Amino acid sequence: MSERPIQFYFRGEIRQIADAPPTRTVLQFLREDAHATGTKEGCAEGDCGACTVVIGENVGSELQLRAVNACIQFLPTLDGKALFTVEDLAGINGLGITGLLHPVQQALVDTHASQCGFCTPGFAMSLFALYENNPECPDRAAVCDALSGNLCRCTGYRPIVDAVPAAYEQPRVGLDRPAILAALAPLAVLPPLDYRAASQRFLAPRSLPELAEARLAAPDARLLAGGTDIGLWVTKQLRELGDLIYAGAVPELRAIRTDADGLFIGAGASLTDAFDALSAFEPAWTELARRFASTPVRNAGTLGGNVANGSPIGDSMPGLIAMGTQIVLQRGERVRQLPLEDFYLAYQKTALEAGEFVQALHIPPQPAERRFRTWKISKRVDQDISAVCGAFALSVVDGVVTEARIAFGGVAATPQRARTTEKFLTGKLWGQTTVDTAADVLANEYTPLDDMRASATYRRQVAGGLLHRFWLEGTAGTAPTCLAELEVLP
Amino acid sequence: MNAPNHNPPPAVGAGLPHESAHLHVSGRATYVDDIPVPAGTLHAALGLSNIAHGRIKTLDLSAVRAAPGVRAVITADDIPGINDCGPVKHDDPILCDGEILFHGQPLFAVAADSYELARKAARLARIEVMPLPALLTAEAAAEAESWVLPPVEVSRGDAVAALEAAPHRLRGEVQLGGQEHFYLEGQIACAIPLEDDTMRVLTSTQHPTEMQHMVAHALGWRMHQVTAECRRMGGGFGGKESQSAQIACIAAVLARLSGRAVKLRLDRDDDMRITGKRHDFHIEYDVGFDDAGRIAGLKLLLASRCGFSADLSGPVNDRAIFHADNAYYLDAVSILSLRGRTHTVSNTAFRGFGGPQGMFAIETVIDDIARHLGRDPLAVRQANFYGDSAGSERNVTHYGMKVEDNVIQPLVAQLATDARYAERRAAIDAFNAASPLLKKGLALTPVKFGISFTATFYNQAGALVHVYNDGTVLVSHGGTEMGQGLYTKVRQIVAQEFGLPIDDVRLSSTDTSRVPNTSATAASSGTDLNGKAAQAACQAIRRRIAGFVAEQLGVSDDTVVFAAGMVSAPGFDAPFASVVADAYRARVQLWDAGFYKTPKIHYDPVTMQGRPFYYFSYGAALAEVAIDTLTGENRVLRVDILHDVGRSINPAIDIGQIEGGFIQGMGWLTTEELVYQPDGPQAGRLATHAPSTYKIPAVSDLPPVFNVRLFDNANVEDSIHRSKAVGEPPLMLAFSVFFALRDAVAAALGPGARPQLDAPATPEAILRALHGGRL
Repeated sequence: MSERPIQFYFRGEIRQIADAPPTRTVLQFLREDAHATGTKEGCAEGDCGACTVVIGENVGSELQLRAVNACIQFLPTLDGKALFTVEDLAGINGLGITGLLHPVQQALVDTHASQCGFCTPGFAMSLFALYENNPECPDRAAVCDALSGNLCRCTGYRPIVDAVPAAYEQPRVGLDRPAILAALAPLAVLPPLDYRAASQRFLAPRSLPELAEARLAAPDARLLAGGTDIGLWVTKQLRELGDLIYAGAVPELRAIRTDADGLFIGAGASLTDAFDALSAFEPAWTELARRFASTPVRNAGTLGGNVANGSPIGDSMPGLIAMGTQIVLQRGERVRQLPLEDFYLAYQKTALEAGEFVQALHIPPQPAERRFRTWKISKRVDQDISAVCGAFALSVVDGVVTEARIAFGGVAATPQRARTTEKFLTGKLWGQTTVDTAADVLANEYTPLDDMRASATYRRQVAGGLLHRFWLEGTAGTAPTCLAELEVLP
Repeated sequence: MNAPNHNPPPAVGAGLPHESAHLHVSGRATYVDDIPVPAGTLHAALGLSNIAHGRIKTLDLSAVRAAPGVRAVITADDIPGINDCGPVKHDDPILCDGEILFHGQPLFAVAADSYELARKAARLARIEVMPLPALLTAEAAAEAESWVLPPVEVSRGDAVAALEAAPHRLRGEVQLGGQEHFYLEGQIACAIPLEDDTMRVLTSTQHPTEMQHMVAHALGWRMHQVTAECRRMGGGFGGKESQSAQIACIAAVLARLSGRAVKLRLDRDDDMRITGKRHDFHIEYDVGFDDAGRIAGLKLLLASRCGFSADLSGPVNDRAIFHADNAYYLDAVSILSLRGRTHTVSNTAFRGFGGPQGMFAIETVIDDIARHLGRDPLAVRQANFYGDSAGSERNVTHYGMKVEDNVIQPLVAQLATDARYAERRAAIDAFNAASPLLKKGLALTPVKFGISFTATFYNQAGALVHVYNDGTVLVSHGGTEMGQGLYTKVRQIVAQEFGLPIDDVRLSSTDTSRVPNTSATAASSGTDLNGKAAQAACQAIRRRIAGFVAEQLGVSDDTVVFAAGMVSAPGFDAPFASVVADAYRARVQLWDAGFYKTPKIHYDPVTMQGRPFYYFSYGAALAEVAIDTLTGENRVLRVDILHDVGRSINPAIDIGQIEGGFIQGMGWLTTEELVYQPDGPQAGRLATHAPSTYKIPAVSDLPPVFNVRLFDNANVEDSIHRSKAVGEPPLMLAFSVFFALRDAVAAALGPGARPQLDAPATPEAILRALHGGRL
């Protein structure tokens, strides 16, 4: 028996769920149980955004509102939070009573931003989150970021982008945040969720020691963080996941701090928060952070999850490895650290022991002479999986490479350092000749796969190309090296 | 009821919002999966093949039948009527009949208490298959002479002689990829059994009559036993013209056998594996031309991958032939069209319907000519344009149709001036000279697109207009709404006829029990056909009301005017609603049906000569791009479009179609890559079966500068309010992006280079082209 039901704020009141299986998705709950069909299923894998909803959470006594994909979010993860869907928008400030639409909705109508309309509720919710989080109209780049997880096949996006300034031209409305925080307050003092249904357990510890104990007690249970990958095991592979331990309710895991020892990112920090911190620590992360999955996936997913998942195509790992990141692992009360590259043993096999979990990532302070870059190469700018993701951290003193750390994803069974190339470069004069040869060494260091994202030859070629780019960026003078920075004249 | 507005703007020509926009944005627009179902409704799922070609030895479904919640399981043997859903040739099994024809082919279907239980059960089958050799590509099919339909050759003049006599001659080949529709709403149907052997099918389809027809055949019934209904689709793009039939048929068969309503909604991955896509083409050319780049003779091979069945591949490939001229006069020309039968999904209609593939071929030829001669590609394009409609000899197409409405020269000239082509060409040359790593490219490409179904009998439509006795109007017609704004435009047309505010007119769902024998909403023709039919019905009703008013006043009928919510005549001015109420009491018929058939069109399908099109739509686009020569990554920097929609019924909707079509075309030619496993035990498996691996344009692909304008040009033909069709033609404006990318690659390769750039121009394809065609 469950200690208590799942409880969350929905449609102005606390909703209790006692009988849904722990892997029931928020989208299934909405469409099939609540008969709220405004939220659509387009792909059931978090890649199209038709199911976008907004989740509200008390973070530091403020209501944090973030767009996520309902299709891969398990219902128990809503415990203690607030759920907003497209049906809620017209009700804000009583707009629904007067028959008016929310400003983002009215703007979408005014700019002719819907055609078939199937993706529109998802866009409305992404825009709603953007609107609530920005008192002033955000710039176009921020709009594109907010919409990076929403696909539209009809409009070509121009009117949707134009809807944002149009929404800000209307009288501003806003959620009654204090009322929602007040409604959430009683949920915060409930005992941790230990939910059982359909012979499956969903345990959500509320502290690091509780998590460590639960993990040790049930080493075979699946550890769930953002669920942006595990969600697909359910919706696509129809797998039975067994018992789940949810890491998302442990405050220590979400902590991020910077001090003299560097940057510490708790394994449960969302990718959104983690990349904000990483980009502040090292601005060269900014472009990759923006292109990593999409806003809703970064809001739900965690950096710890990306790293622990160990996918050969994870985009955070090459850069983290190049920067000398240590992974912090905890088992019971034992805490140990490993260089991140040593965490990966083979394809989808890590150094994680039974009962152990990823607690944090520790990025050490970077030497002043080190130049760092990380790039992903994919077919599409937004929300794509890399064909190749590469990272370079080179120290050059008096024209000589004193240290080289190069790591790649997408070119081997795990994220991997290019040790032969690193060795080749170290001690060499940093110049065109060295780079030309090193690019060849790099291109031949890996034996990547041919697949639907790219051929092995392309991947090798691009690995070398990125080293050239790294070199040219420092030496090309006024010639441009970055497509994203090309100026466009109207 | 809203009070009549006495000063509404004229409905036709106004940029009104989509009639469902307020529902779209609030989640209140209902799609098939949102409609409340009857109690006891079952949910269906399909069992798919995991081999491209083979014979089923064992299909053991005992575990499927025994799975929790399962209520019905069917194979081909359980279909009471005909196991076929092919729209033209009857070679499209609803469920596999023993020989597996492609990887992902539905073998059986299961209906269970929930969607989840049905999907889980469908994976429990034990299947043994004897593998057979599989043909997977257009080239492989051509080599094996494996056709879904026989090859077709169309020629004019002596192409071989012209080639030999020409001062210059080039040969080339290029691959052009297919395209997944990726409608956001996947395929879905809900079949509801009703009394006395009848069935109501709620279906997301562009072709309700075809669904009615196919469901009746599958059930062994006649058409009056089945009604098919569609209020709206969450996108169609051609993918729900014939492909929705299999879904509707399976739902209906399960519903009939179980006696319960059955909903079949495809999971996205299943949808992408099962349903047909845009045909990919292998193109070869041999062209002769003069010093100006003007084509003297052309031999063209258009070999397509049609997949396992004919589906609509015949008319798709015919349209490729018809559009192999794009906007260019081809004097001596010979086109060979091969319709390859392969063990892959059956390719189908997709916005443009073969036209884009034919046009891509000639654009490649023209671009190569320009690069070979070292001339500006725009100049070569202009040198080859059809002549003025009046007087010129260069104005008859290779299929014998005179081009009577040509505006391509002034349209292109206006765009080149407005968007400063020459100045920007010079600026890009200067940029490229100073930029070794990044290269820019520029291209201005034209579009001429023929409007009408090439199957002439399809060019008909019906509508049913009810004026209720409170003065409100309900319209039914045979066209379907997939987001293109058809309902909105018809609403405007009807409001205009009665002089009513737009809110007084509503559109009902498209339902075969209200308007029968409808044509597919396709070929960009929805408004042309259904708008005219609705107008005809309105005019019949209006004539009766006018006659009633005139008789009372003793004036002539033609003095009665319908405007601004009022009916007026000399000495008479009354609200439409009150006139209608009086007319009703005087027993005047206030509803009527309207019918329309497109005039002038005819052609001989054997010789492929005649006038298959009522008129042409024109447009042009100028794109500026940049590429990274180290990685092949690219970016579209700016796009300028000038497009001919005739006299626009709704400029906001038309601009939406142009922008959306352009971006969709850009996706086809850049990021959207369909990859089939080339070999091994999973040969023929679609590897890009989800949005994680198949990349349609996302928001950052929107060009930062995107100027779209309408070209002022009333239709010379008597189309509805002199407008022009707009659904498909803008897709081909995206050639400008592809050829700008080619221009950038050419800039990197140096003078005279003809880049071997295949489509889609992914970063890898671009890098390959930068390395001379192979990595």
